[in-house]
Amino acid sequence: MATSPLSVKRFRIIFGFSWLIIIIDHIFLLRWFGLSWQTAIIDSAINDVLLILACMLVIMMLHYYLPQKEKYFHLFTWCILITVIVILVTKVILKNIFANDDEYIIFFNRSIWIRSSFDFLLLGCIILISVIWYNWQEQNEQEVRKQDAEKLSKEAELFKLRQQLQPHFLFNSLNSINALIGSRPEEARKMVQQLSDFLRGTIKKEEHQWVTLKEELQYLQLYLDIEKVRFGHRLSTVIGYDAALDELKLPALLLQPVMENAIKFGLYDTVDEIEISLKALKEENNLVITVTNPFDPETSTPRQGTGFGLQSVQRRLYLLFARNDLVSTEAKENIFTTTIKIPQA
Amino acid sequence: MSSKVIIIDDEPLARSIVIEYIQNFPDLVVSQVCSNGYEGVKAIQQYKPDLIILDIQMPKINGFEMLELIENPPAVIFATAFDEYAIKAFEAHAIDYLLKPFNQDRFEKAIKKWREQKNSSAVEKQTKQLLDDVALTAPQNQRIVIKDGSKIKIIPIQDVFYLEAADDFVKVFTKEGYFLKNKTMSHFEQVLDPSQFVRSHRSYIVNLQQITRIDPYEKDNHVAILRSGAKVPVSRTGYPKLKSILGL
Repeated sequence: MATSPLSVKRFRIIFGFSWLIIIIDHIFLLRWFGLSWQTAIIDSAINDVLLILACMLVIMMLHYYLPQKEKYFHLFTWCILITVIVILVTKVILKNIFANDDEYIIFFNRSIWIRSSFDFLLLGCIILISVIWYNWQEQNEQEVRKQDAEKLSKEAELFKLRQQLQPHFLFNSLNSINALIGSRPEEARKMVQQLSDFLRGTIKKEEHQWVTLKEELQYLQLYLDIEKVRFGHRLSTVIGYDAALDELKLPALLLQPVMENAIKFGLYDTVDEIEISLKALKEENNLVITVTNPFDPETSTPRQGTGFGLQSVQRRLYLLFARNDLVSTEAKENIFTTTIKIPQA
Repeated sequence: MSSKVIIIDDEPLARSIVIEYIQNFPDLVVSQVCSNGYEGVKAIQQYKPDLIILDIQMPKINGFEMLELIENPPAVIFATAFDEYAIKAFEAHAIDYLLKPFNQDRFEKAIKKWREQKNSSAVEKQTKQLLDDVALTAPQNQRIVIKDGSKIKIIPIQDVFYLEAADDFVKVFTKEGYFLKNKTMSHFEQVLDPSQFVRSHRSYIVNLQQITRIDPYEKDNHVAILRSGAKVPVSRTGYPKLKSILGL
């Protein structure tokens, strides 16, 4: 919300000072027309105080309701209306105070057009200043919002790129290929092919795209084959699911980060050979995927296991289904289980 | 005279490429290849190698944590695929490292550099500073790795009750008793999260989660009573620190 100019100290000083000048000027003008000091001061005090209140009212009103550009004529109407009210109230009060002073009442009636014009012009000025002020503030805010949004989207994009590239995985795979070229060139070729297919899959698929379970598992197999070459006999995987589930749908590239998390967690938390398993089944109207990996309960807290990969999976599912209960994890003895539910349309 | 080399890497092909490159140096003999830090510690003790080729990311304990466990570690050539923190630390301490994948030429350069710097105490000092530096980063600041006889113990820091200075070592007290770590008190004061661990005394750092109460003890001094029943001395300067963090 924009701040009112009245809350800015510099504006208040200028506002107050200008009014002091106007009031003094008003008094001297009335003196010049031959009114007594007392009458001049009372007249100017009543008239100007009402006008000040009207000005503040206008500033406040514009704070909460700034008309659209095409409705600026509303402001003109307001200006006339408020002027009329100010003049009428001034008239009632002054005529009551000076009820016995015929000369003054004649003077007041003769000056009413000048007073109205002056009040109208002054209110107009205040409205103009307020409109410019609030528009400027709004523009500033919009600018800040725009910059924030741009920054956020840039960060997200960078993160996505980095995720896609998976530098650690990529460079280690290249290192393995480098080793294979000398000793087993046929296998090196095969791995280059797998790595290319895997990377192409990452680039080709959009985050919002849906794929069948069959496609996703084929893609996952590429990843697992590469990891198996890297880690040799230490890593084995079991994928269990019924071919009847082939056509169930899930968001593209959802399972790879889950598997990656399980492999990292399993491989780096024990020195033994490990087995990672993935099971898919249909429960009610959900595709339920369970991934397990071993871990060492003595040295790692399960919290560490729900690493960054799972957070992004949870986030994606939340954005798609507005549900936070689709990813769950469980640590039992030395087995860590990740369960993912994907509601089917 | 030939030099003994040990290769430590958790990926078999990463080990085999190094073995292949080393075959071009007739004076380098590979004493053993290891697939994790545990094997590495054992092999280094057994063979006292002149050089180790060390991967950073490995199961259980990483390359840096493994080096910490070795008294008088041999010369090291680090090899990593991608590890932002480690690479930053190498650059900061002007330590040579191999980025995987690397070719024969690059490997030869690293060996040449090692030969030139052999027997220079500057390298040893650089490596020590590097280890102190990386100890501040996750996951290493979340746990303490200790060699207990022939076993290696990983202690998550929340399991530490308190630390006590003991000559050149620090005693790390846990529910299983204490373990010795060859680091200084000021090192731990730097590494441990100051909102969880407070140096209550010149020779003591205490885990705030473990404190049940603080009693007066002799004149001017206090003692912190832990859940385990252990008593940890609190000095005159330590008392106000504890009080302000515990919000007493």
